[in-house]
Amino acid sequence: MPLAPVLTARWAEPQSWRLSTYERLDGYTALRTALSMTPDELVGLVKDSGLRGRGGAGFPTGMKWSFIPQPKPGETPTGPAAMPKYLVVNADEGEPGTCKDLPLMMADPHSLIEGVIISSYAIRSHLAVIYVRGEAVHAHRRLVNAVREAHEAGYLGRDILGSGYDLELIVHAGAGAYICGEETALLDSLEGYRGQPRLKPPFPAVAGLYGAPTVINNVETLASVPFVVRGGSDWFKEFGPEKSPGPKIYSLSGRVVRPGQYEAPMGTTMRELLEMAGGVRPGHQLKFWTPGGSSTPYFTPEHLDVPLDFDSVAAAGSMLGTTALMVFDETDSIVEATLRFTEFYAHESCGKCTPCREGTYWLVQILQRLVDGRGTAADLDLLTDTCDNILGRSFCALGDGATSCISSSLKYFRDDYVALLPPEEQARLGRSLRLEPVGVAS
Amino acid sequence: MSALPGSAEGTAVTGLDSSPVQPPAADLPPLTEQTRLEAREIIARYPQPRSALLPMLHLVQSYQGYVTPQGVALCAEELGLTKAEVGAVATFYTMYKRRPTGRHLVSVCTNTLCSVLGGQRIFDALSTDLGLHHDETAADGSITLEHAECLAACDYAPVVTVDYEFYDQQDVESARALVAALRRGEKPHPTRGAPLTDFRGVSRQLAGFDQYGGDGARAAAVDAEGAIDPTLAGLRLAAERGEAAPPMPHPGQPPADTGEPRETVAPSGRTGETPEEEAADARVAAADNPAERAGAAQAHPDKGAEYGQPRGRQRAGTENPPAAEPATGTTPPTPNPPRADGKA
Repeated sequence: MPLAPVLTARWAEPQSWRLSTYERLDGYTALRTALSMTPDELVGLVKDSGLRGRGGAGFPTGMKWSFIPQPKPGETPTGPAAMPKYLVVNADEGEPGTCKDLPLMMADPHSLIEGVIISSYAIRSHLAVIYVRGEAVHAHRRLVNAVREAHEAGYLGRDILGSGYDLELIVHAGAGAYICGEETALLDSLEGYRGQPRLKPPFPAVAGLYGAPTVINNVETLASVPFVVRGGSDWFKEFGPEKSPGPKIYSLSGRVVRPGQYEAPMGTTMRELLEMAGGVRPGHQLKFWTPGGSSTPYFTPEHLDVPLDFDSVAAAGSMLGTTALMVFDETDSIVEATLRFTEFYAHESCGKCTPCREGTYWLVQILQRLVDGRGTAADLDLLTDTCDNILGRSFCALGDGATSCISSSLKYFRDDYVALLPPEEQARLGRSLRLEPVGVAS
Repeated sequence: MSALPGSAEGTAVTGLDSSPVQPPAADLPPLTEQTRLEAREIIARYPQPRSALLPMLHLVQSYQGYVTPQGVALCAEELGLTKAEVGAVATFYTMYKRRPTGRHLVSVCTNTLCSVLGGQRIFDALSTDLGLHHDETAADGSITLEHAECLAACDYAPVVTVDYEFYDQQDVESARALVAALRRGEKPHPTRGAPLTDFRGVSRQLAGFDQYGGDGARAAAVDAEGAIDPTLAGLRLAAERGEAAPPMPHPGQPPADTGEPRETVAPSGRTGETPEEEAADARVAAADNPAERAGAAQAHPDKGAEYGQPRGRQRAGTENPPAAEPATGTTPPTPNPPRADGKA
């Protein structure tokens, strides 16, 4: 499938982050179109486009918007419908391997802001917040500047472009906590608490920020919205498969010749993307890769032809996640890689749920002794057993994500674990593999 | 993620105990009435005051370099919270420092991807050179060293940040040179991002204030460029190959004028047809009236190639029956359970 720059198309322009550049390249024309439509028409348009959330879960964006309770004509609204509505942008990019939203906000922050204004109008919100990861200071700087420019140009504030619609937009910096990328933890953090996930239901669409109806969308999702408005839903569906269409930013990193951002239609395969990135570094072979960040089960060379869209990746046993394609070759130890990821989850577990808090701690201990050559034959089953006791037993997906790399590496590369066991432990498994550990730092 | 209850760290940061592990430096600038006014300015930005707490803690760090007991008290007073409540939040987040920091914060990504490409070697070398472990500060107060979790720059791996500005594609020697320059009081320009200021300056920006003291310097920081080859890799390749997205039907026009759909470019994997054929078949099947159907059939790729025809793609499984499913009128996609990766 060919490259198809849409979201990335302006990135190489001189000062692409400036309003003048953005306006020269059709910026804010979608906003004018949107303001001439009714909010319901906009929700319908985005539903028809098939746009699904780019933050990892792939929930249909238009449907998410339609869950916001709105006053019915002729009735005095009560309950959530009577409350203010909020749009919150999840710009807390931190999933290992994921590096698409930061470059987008640095290179083209106005596309996000235009998407925010259109989406806020669609859900009848008058206050939106971009929760941007605290460490992302350059993205934060350009966002703050772009919001100021948009305000001065009348795209934000009171009576936007004479439409009578008002919107304020706050750029809010986080403070270093991966868990705040989970939408309800993000809300708690934005309310000034520790970022810990909330029990769902109620879902944020009914009781979100300050207990009011709230839509939380990812950066790339919202930046896609102006293009949906400009191109129409049929145009958007020309990219990729019917059930998860659209242009998608694929982020290749690791053992490839030209790591970077490659925007192509949903459903592009890793074989095609690897070719674009110049392949695996010369003299080496692909060993394992992640389709969507560290929380998505590993893939192997046998998955090179899986179309990278939400449904096809799920059918192949992983998750599309954030299309963060981390590439590892035969010199990389999958057990050590898995240990590193697991240390990350243990560090970032918020501590609210016991299985995740305690489980990730013990997973690190087990993996560490395996990497150190002190493991036992029973440890492999203990890993699986521990994962089984985390998966599905916590409020949010962090604990679930922590098990993905372990379960999938045991599934595809069990021999790599066995090779790390002392000979007598290998013998207890009934098969001495006499394998040399691969790539483990000595 | 946070201090263990009962640990020395824990007592230092709960706010219940006002004495930090290390006594405040003698030259620690006090929080003043100005700080308090700025805190109130932050509070005024939000519908509910407590939302200001995270930016207020950044503000405290912008004056004192870490979250001091005095800063905890100020936040608590302004927000009507207890010091314990503020301390509980401050200790949760990695960016809030519990001990005095150096002028610059040097963070080395040691998560998996950076680590295998050399990030761990960089951290180990710096740690050995400086005699510092994670989250420790050089005796001269020049830098604090830490290992960081993924900094969302994997395509630039291995990365080091100083005060969260990016120094991309580092190795042991370049990182050593960077740290040596910082310790001499120099400010090497980041490979991507604005001219280096310092940890307190960046904290001020994160609190929502101008750290540059003027429009000119602020604009220069916003417009600072850098080497961004990985960011542009796909875009440049597309230009080189002459590949582009399908053109919009009528750019800038209302979406009611969607015009003639062009060729779709991905297979569903279910029909054995090329994506063009599958989409075209679906459009023919879905057409509401004979005229539309004729139009759709006219645009069928069997009539001739158009945009989106993958180069050299073989027709696969042509013996299979054509698509039976219409392109419209299907139920919306079933959402995946919201547990993909800890993200929304």
